[in-house]
Amino acid sequence: MLRSSQPLTGPNRKRCREDEMLLGTVLDEGERGFIIDTRSAQAAKQARMTGGGTEPKSSYPRWRRLHRPLERGRPLQESFIKLVEACNDTSINMDRWLSRLESCRWLSHVKAALSTACLAAQCMDREEASVLVHGAEGTDTTLLVTALAQVILDPSCRTLAGFQGLLEREWIEAGHPFHLRCARSAYSHARLKQEAPLFLLFLDCVWQLSRQFPFSLEFGECLLLTLFDNAYASAYGTFLCNNEKERRVGREVRESTHSLWAWLNQPEEKEKYLNPLYSPNALVIWPSVEPQSIQLWQGLFFRWIRSSQYLDEAWAETRRLVEGN
Amino acid sequence: VENVRLLDRLSSRKAALGTLYLTATHVIFVENVSETRKETWVLHSQISSIEKQATTATGCPLLIRCKNFQVIQLVIPQERDCHDVYISLIRLARPVKYEELYCFSFNPKLDREEREQGWKLVDLNEEYNRMGIPNNYWQISDVNRDYGVCDSYPTEVYVPKSATAHIIVGSSKFRSRRRFPALSYYCKDNNASICRSSQPLSGFSARCLEDEQMLQAIRKANPGSDFIYVVDTRPKLNAMANRAAGKGYENEDNYSNIKFQFIGIENIHVMRNSLQKMLEVCELKSPSMSDFLWGLENSGWLKHIKAIMDAGIFIAKAVAEEGVSVLVHCSDGWDRTAQVCSVASLLLDPYYRTMKGFMVLIEKDWISFGHKFNHRYGNLDGDPKEISPVIDQFIECVWQLMEQFPCAFEFNERFLIHIQHHIYSCQFGNFLCNSQKERRELKIQERTYSLWAHLWKNRADYLNPLYRSDHSQTQGTMRPQIAPCNFLYKFWSGMYNRFEKGLHPRQSVTDYLMAVKEETQQLEEELEVLGERLSNLQKSQLNDNKVKSKQQDRSKQVGLSTSNNSLANTPQEYSNDLKSFPSRSPSQGDEEDSALILTQDNLKSSDPDLSANSDQESGVEDLSCRSPSGGCCLPSEDSGKDSDEAVFLA
Repeated sequence: MLRSSQPLTGPNRKRCREDEMLLGTVLDEGERGFIIDTRSAQAAKQARMTGGGTEPKSSYPRWRRLHRPLERGRPLQESFIKLVEACNDTSINMDRWLSRLESCRWLSHVKAALSTACLAAQCMDREEASVLVHGAEGTDTTLLVTALAQVILDPSCRTLAGFQGLLEREWIEAGHPFHLRCARSAYSHARLKQEAPLFLLFLDCVWQLSRQFPFSLEFGECLLLTLFDNAYASAYGTFLCNNEKERRVGREVRESTHSLWAWLNQPEEKEKYLNPLYSPNALVIWPSVEPQSIQLWQGLFFRWIRSSQYLDEAWAETRRLVEGN
Repeated sequence: VENVRLLDRLSSRKAALGTLYLTATHVIFVENVSETRKETWVLHSQISSIEKQATTATGCPLLIRCKNFQVIQLVIPQERDCHDVYISLIRLARPVKYEELYCFSFNPKLDREEREQGWKLVDLNEEYNRMGIPNNYWQISDVNRDYGVCDSYPTEVYVPKSATAHIIVGSSKFRSRRRFPALSYYCKDNNASICRSSQPLSGFSARCLEDEQMLQAIRKANPGSDFIYVVDTRPKLNAMANRAAGKGYENEDNYSNIKFQFIGIENIHVMRNSLQKMLEVCELKSPSMSDFLWGLENSGWLKHIKAIMDAGIFIAKAVAEEGVSVLVHCSDGWDRTAQVCSVASLLLDPYYRTMKGFMVLIEKDWISFGHKFNHRYGNLDGDPKEISPVIDQFIECVWQLMEQFPCAFEFNERFLIHIQHHIYSCQFGNFLCNSQKERRELKIQERTYSLWAHLWKNRADYLNPLYRSDHSQTQGTMRPQIAPCNFLYKFWSGMYNRFEKGLHPRQSVTDYLMAVKEETQQLEEELEVLGERLSNLQKSQLNDNKVKSKQQDRSKQVGLSTSNNSLANTPQEYSNDLKSFPSRSPSQGDEEDSALILTQDNLKSSDPDLSANSDQESGVEDLSCRSPSGGCCLPSEDSGKDSDEAVFLA
C-alpha cells in the first residue's frame, strides 16, 4: 500500500515520466494496481484547474482508479461541532433525537471511512493488488485510509506497541498537520480554517472495530480517549507541530519534550490501556459497515454527560474474571 | 419441492440450492451440499406473513417473514409449485384449533412426573410469600375462585386486608372487563405497593362506592403515606375519548386522597405500525446511515420504548423514594399496564433480575393477569388488529437496561431472545390462550411442556458472566439515568437482525467469559482439593500424578476456547456502498468496481484452526428447531452456540 498526494496534472494534462516509472516499478509483470482517490470524481477533475488532478488512464495503464469521497476540512469540523452540540442539548425529545443525530452526518463519515479502508484492504488481501491512496494533499483522508486499512489487515498493528508504531508512521511522521487540525476542538467559536477532526474520526473508526472485534485489539477505549485528549492538548511533545521538519528544525522537540509513548508504556500506566479480552488474531478483521453496526461513540461524546460508572464496573468485573483465571 | 434456492439477504449472490419440505409443523429447507446438508427449520407458528413476488428469469420468489424477525427468501423454479407452497403455508400458518399447534405434538421425552415438575418450577404463591404476603395489610382472596368475578384474572388474587368480597365484586362491576384493582408488587421495606386494574366505567359522572372504597383500602394498606398515585398509562386525549363511551379515568374529586397522573403510552395499533415501519427499515438493501436513522426515527419505535421505561421509572420512584402506593391502569389493563408494572418491579426488586425471578415476573404480570397471548401473538388465526408487539417491547426494555447496567442481571441477551422466540413458537404451553381460565379448560399443563423448565435445564447458556449477587450494581433499586438519556436507547440488532450473520461479531464475549469463569471455578476447586491432599504426606506422590493428567486435559480445552477467537470472517460487499456517494459520472466508464465484487470462488477461506464447527465458518446458521421428536433446539442449544448470537458488552 502506498500513499501520496495528488499528481500535478493541471489543466494541460502534464505528464511526468519519473512518476509513471515509480508507480510502474511497484507492480510486477502482469500485475495491476488500484488507486483510491479520496475525492469525488468531480472534485478530482476540478482540481486540475488549480494545478492538481488525477492520474490519466493512458499514462498509468495498469492502475485502475476508484473514487471514494471522504469528507475533510471545514465540513468535517462542522459535523463534529454539530454533533457535540446535539449531545449537549438537553431539550431534544426522543422523537427528534435520531434525525438530529443524522443531520450532523458524523456517523455517515465513520461509515464512509470504514468502507474505504475496507476497500483498500480488500484490494490487497483478496485481489492481491497493490494500492495507492491519495486525496489532495495526502495529509488527511489519505492517512485515515492507510492507517485504518493496516489495523484491519495487520494483526501487529492491533497490539499496543504496534498501534503506537502505526500512529508514529501513518500520522505523525507522515505529516498530518496536528497543530493546525487539532487546535480548538468542538466548543470553540473560532472556526479556524485549517481545523478538522480527521484524527478523531480515525479513533472513532478504531473504536468501532474494537466493538465489532472485542478480542482482536490489545488496547481498549481508554487508550483511544487518551490519544484524543493528547492530540489537542498534551504534556508531551508527540503530537506537536505539523510535520517532522517543524519538529526538528529550530524547535528540537525531541530534545526538549517528553514522549507520550514513553509515559504510556510504563508498566503501571500500560495496564490501564490493555484490553483484558485480547487474544491475538492472525486473521484480517472485516467489519460490518451496515448502519446497525456503527454506533455513536458514547464513551467519547457523552463522556462528561453521563456517568460511566456501570460500564466501568463491567470492565472491572471482566478484568477480574480474566485475570483471576 | 426440489431445486429451490435460499437467498442470503446481505449478500445476494450467496444462494444455497436445496429441497424444500412442508410438514404439519415446520417448513424445512435442506441444502444439497452433500457434506453438510445444512437444514433450516421454521415453525409454522413463527410465520408472520408470506409474500409471493414477481416471477423472474431465475424463478418465483417467495418471501417468508417470521415473528422472530427471521426473513427467508426462497426462489422456487416453477410458478405452479410456488403457488402451491404459498397456499399451503397460508393455511398452515393460520391454525384454527389449538390442537394444531406444535406444543401438542412436541415430545422432549420426559416422563409425566418430569412434565409436572416442570410446571411447578414457577409458583406464584411462593412469590407472594417471598414478598411478605399474607401479612397485616394484604391477603389472598378466593373471590374469583371460579372466575365468577373476572374471567381474565387468576383464581387467586391478592387484595388489601380491608377489601371485603363485597367491595371487590362492587369494584369489578365498575371496571372495564371486570378487572378490579389487585396487587402486582408489594415492597415490604415501606409497605408501598403497585396495584393494577383496568379503566373505571366512570363516563362523565358515574360513581361507584365500592370502587372508591377499593382505592381507599389500597391506601390504608400503606400507613406510611396518606395518598396513592393513580397512573393512567394512556395519552390524555385517548382517555378522555373513552369517557364518551362510558369509561374513562378516576376523578380526583370523587376518590379521596389520590393524585392522578397520565403517562402517555400509545395503543396497540400504534405499536403494531411502529414495529412494521422499523422492520421495513431493516429490510432496506444497503441503506445509508441517513436512510437508517431517518427510518428508525420515523417508526417511533425507540420513542415508545422510552415511554414505557419512563412510566416504569416513575412508578419505581414513587414506591422506592416516596413510599407511595401506585394503582396503574390503561384501558383494559392487560397491555400497557402489564408492561409498566413489570418494568417497575424489575427496577425495584433485584430478585426479578435473576433468571428464576424473571420467569416469575412474566408468570405473574403477564400470564396470570390475563395478557391476551393468543390475540396479540396469533397462536390461532384471528383478528389482525389484535396483533401487537406488547411483550416484545417489555423484553426490549429489559435489554436496554442490560446494556446500561451490564453487571445487574443474572441472565444474558440470549435468554431474552429465546423467551421472545418461544412466545411465538407455541412449542411450549406457557403462552397459549388469553387467560388462565382458557388454559385450564384446555388442560395445558397436562398436554404440553413448560418453557421455564426447559430454560432452567439449559441455564448455563443463559448466564451473564458479569453478574455477582454481591455486586453493588445488583443490589437494591435500579436507577437509570433520566435526562439526558435519549442516546442511551440503542437499536437492538441482536433481536431485529438476529439472523443476519454479517452484522454480528463472530466472537461472543459472553460465552468466552462464561467459559473463563467456569474454568476458574474448576481450577479453584481443584486448588482446594490439592491443598487438602498436600497436607496428607503419605498420599502426595500418587496424587500429584493423578492431578497432572487432569490438568493436561483441561488445558487442551482452554486451547480450544481461546483459539476459537480467531475466527475467519468474510468481507461484506463494501463496494456496493456507492449509492450514498455522488461520483460515477459517465466519463468514469472504466472504473469497473465490479471487478472488485468478489465471486464465491475468489474468497479464500483463510486459515488456521477452525477446530470447532464448520458452522462457524460457513456463516449460515442452523435456524430454529430440529426434529419434532427430539429435544427442542434453538441454535444455541447445539454446539455452535458462540458463533451465531453474539453479544456486545457495552
